[in-house]
Amino acid sequence: MRTRIAGVQPPRQATPEFEAANLRQRKRRGLLMALPAYTYLVTFFALPLLVVVVYSFATRNRFGGTDLSGWNLDSYQQIGNELVRQVLVRSLILALITTALCLVISYPFAYFMSTRKPVVRNLMLVFVMIPFWTNFLVRNYAWYVILGTDGPLSRITEFVGIGATRVLFTQTAVVLGLVYGFLPFMILPLYAAIERIDGRLLEASRDLYASGLQSFRHVLLPLSMPGVVAGSILVFIPSLGAYVTPEVLGGAKTTLLGSYIVTQFLSSRNMPFGAALSTVLMVIMLTAALVYFRRGGRTL
Amino acid sequence: MATPGNITEPKGITRHLLRLNSWLVFVFFYAPIVILVIFSFSDNRNVGVWGGLTFDWYRDFADNEPIKGALTNSLQIAVVSTLVAVVLGTLAALALERFTFRGRKVFDALLYLPIIIPDVTMAVMMLLFFAQLAQWFEFTKGFGTIVISHIAFNISFVSVVVRARLAGSDERLEEAAMDLYASRWQAFRYVTLPLIMPGILGGALLAFTLSLDDVVITQFVTGPGWDTLPVFVFGLIRKGVTPLINAVSVVMLVASTLLVALSLFIQRARSTD
Amino acid sequence: MTPAVELGGVTKRFDEVVAVDNIDLTIADGEFFAMLGPSGCGKTTTLRMIAGLEFPTQGSLRIFGDEVGTLAPNKRPVNTVFQNYALFPHLNVRDNVSFGLRMQGLNKAEAARRAEELIDLVQLSGMEKRKPSQLSGGQQQRVALARALVNEPKVLLLDEPLGALDLKLRQEMQTELKGLQRNLGVSFVFVTHDQEEALTMSDRIAVMDEGRLLQVGTAEDLYERPANRFVADFIGHTNLIDATVVDSSTIALANGTRVAGTTSEAAGTAVALSLRPESMKIGRSTDAVPGDGATRLSGTVTEVTYLGLAIMYKVAIDFIEVDVRADAVPPDDRLAVGDTATVWWEHDAEWIVPGAQ
Repeated sequence: MRTRIAGVQPPRQATPEFEAANLRQRKRRGLLMALPAYTYLVTFFALPLLVVVVYSFATRNRFGGTDLSGWNLDSYQQIGNELVRQVLVRSLILALITTALCLVISYPFAYFMSTRKPVVRNLMLVFVMIPFWTNFLVRNYAWYVILGTDGPLSRITEFVGIGATRVLFTQTAVVLGLVYGFLPFMILPLYAAIERIDGRLLEASRDLYASGLQSFRHVLLPLSMPGVVAGSILVFIPSLGAYVTPEVLGGAKTTLLGSYIVTQFLSSRNMPFGAALSTVLMVIMLTAALVYFRRGGRTL
Repeated sequence: MATPGNITEPKGITRHLLRLNSWLVFVFFYAPIVILVIFSFSDNRNVGVWGGLTFDWYRDFADNEPIKGALTNSLQIAVVSTLVAVVLGTLAALALERFTFRGRKVFDALLYLPIIIPDVTMAVMMLLFFAQLAQWFEFTKGFGTIVISHIAFNISFVSVVVRARLAGSDERLEEAAMDLYASRWQAFRYVTLPLIMPGILGGALLAFTLSLDDVVITQFVTGPGWDTLPVFVFGLIRKGVTPLINAVSVVMLVASTLLVALSLFIQRARSTD
Repeated sequence: MTPAVELGGVTKRFDEVVAVDNIDLTIADGEFFAMLGPSGCGKTTTLRMIAGLEFPTQGSLRIFGDEVGTLAPNKRPVNTVFQNYALFPHLNVRDNVSFGLRMQGLNKAEAARRAEELIDLVQLSGMEKRKPSQLSGGQQQRVALARALVNEPKVLLLDEPLGALDLKLRQEMQTELKGLQRNLGVSFVFVTHDQEEALTMSDRIAVMDEGRLLQVGTAEDLYERPANRFVADFIGHTNLIDATVVDSSTIALANGTRVAGTTSEAAGTAVALSLRPESMKIGRSTDAVPGDGATRLSGTVTEVTYLGLAIMYKVAIDFIEVDVRADAVPPDDRLAVGDTATVWWEHDAEWIVPGAQ
């Protein structure tokens, strides 16, 4: 592994030049290893990203094709429309509700996991992850089965006396599906953050006369905040752009951002507008990610 | 960093509430799956209603050519995209964790984007990209375009998993190997590689699952005859639901569970630290 | 005889930081050599340069006469016992120990045989099939030793190998290591921040601070004749009293008192008087004191600490506080806090070190 400088045996004695050459060689090696993935992502990710942004400034011609000449901001102006704003607001609210619900359900769960013995903890972790490994579409479909007319849920509510219910094709169904799909994304970071906390800090808090609630508010919550933020971002972003869940569980009445974007490409054939919407979604997502990393968030 | 002490359980009513909450979460997770399995044996055209016990839907599935075709497509695509993503992703992880080089920060950021980007956006990206390419090159959408798109997001997932594993393993081990007369390649092959293998396998499993799972992106870049199973099933759901979908779903479920069990078994058998 | 390791003007810079500053060092064949110093003094970096895990920025590094400064670690005839052992977690004990042999191309059977020999040597027979995670700290340490020694290195490097062990185990290992080194006759280069460890085990010690080599010598050299303030203070416990040189046999303390002391420094140089607590004597002012002209200082006792085998007194003498160690006597015979005391020392019990505060 001796560095060869221009085919000549290098001097055996150390010199600053040798040190520098060695460092350069290491850097080169690193770059070489990263190059395949780097070029692939630039070609098949960064470039497509650019194409979307470019298309968002294009115009939709009469036949549903796209006219790339004559850049304009028409598509972005369309976003100001009443209908579009409704869709955006609805999607935002739904995403926020989903995130909040996930947080409320996951936090006690993650906390409980942290108090268990390591064996139990790992077992719980495995059982949380198993549904994650099963097909996403199938999991949404399962709710389709449950929530339909005369479905199991309806049978239960009838039995209990509330009467027949059909939750399918409502916003509730969509939220239910989203929470179901993204709960592991909230549980994992939360658990990781809470598990790292030194239990003695909570004991110290009790020793200093804090009640359970106070300990939670002043010690546990602040210390677990990185997990809360990470989990929230991991749930919020996919929920905002969700497509499969609203399509399967929502109805034609409630259009959300994901479906709305897809329609631009598959039926309305208004690509520039779809591209503009996608760009907006992307910007929101990048801002959220930046905020998280700026605040010194741990890598995912 | 403070050494994590075991967080002691709270007393009283909080304790019971927490326990209840956890059980409810587990029920919430598994009930839908159980119900799905049950109803796949139901002899009733209405998917949520129980008729008698029957295996008809599974028979239908076995005979259904389009579905089987879609399944084969899915598997082929998943295998190819996983293999490529694992190689590129592992190299990327090694480069980032063990080396410094120019443009490292940019690369790091670029690698994270596919993970946080929503499906829809990526689907749109790839659609427009290929549409634009089609103006200059002759090609048909299908296997190639789907695989390319899947690899694009899988590289990042594989690299995240492998990086986590690499970060946890001690760099001193590689130094120790060199101190013991191993060349750089030998150090990698006999020390680094065995240690990150669980990470590589985990990343491969993740990539495989994500590829099989994908709906939107595949839907946007697919070509004639290359529908994958989820895209196919998704189409069925929107057209009109029959319990056949239940049967298909359960089969997909069983397959994923088997895959996970297999990978866990392999990891156990290798008995690393 | 060719020295085992020779460093000539070796410097290591990491960007702006100079980790090792122009050191010259010679380690003899068969020597148990220690590099001692506080954290960050550059001792580990120096060790790593000998191993080949770092390359010097400048300077000559020779192993048995061969210049190896730019050679990769896998080309040098040295092996290292790492600080946290760096055992390969996925390999069992035997595979760990035989690793180096296999990397050099030895066949599996022969490598296993030699590995087993060494596993016996470090008294771990029966543990060959275990994984490192199934071993105690002490056992892991022996595996690390065996793994390095099986390759018959010309020099064995040890980076704070006993740091993770509890006291009793550490003392046992110290004796074992010393015995092992003597039997094998191989040079051991040992890095530690624990001066007691260095003093007990080594033939010679190099004291480093902030990248610089401050003194090299035997334990006695360092203890009795420290070359400067840092060494005097770092090794053992000493009182350092600032003074100025009057002439080659007298120095003046801050309050003007003349004290006898041999020094080669020029008149007027700032120096420090180093007095080990155990070479000082203490008595009540009212008691009789040897009248041989030894310097006497008068002060008040401010602290009395019972150490079991001795008593440690802290005495405040107008401009300084000194620690004096006296034999253990029954409580009634001891001085008490507040007593006036006279402190003196035998001629030649003192040692002058250069350097101001």
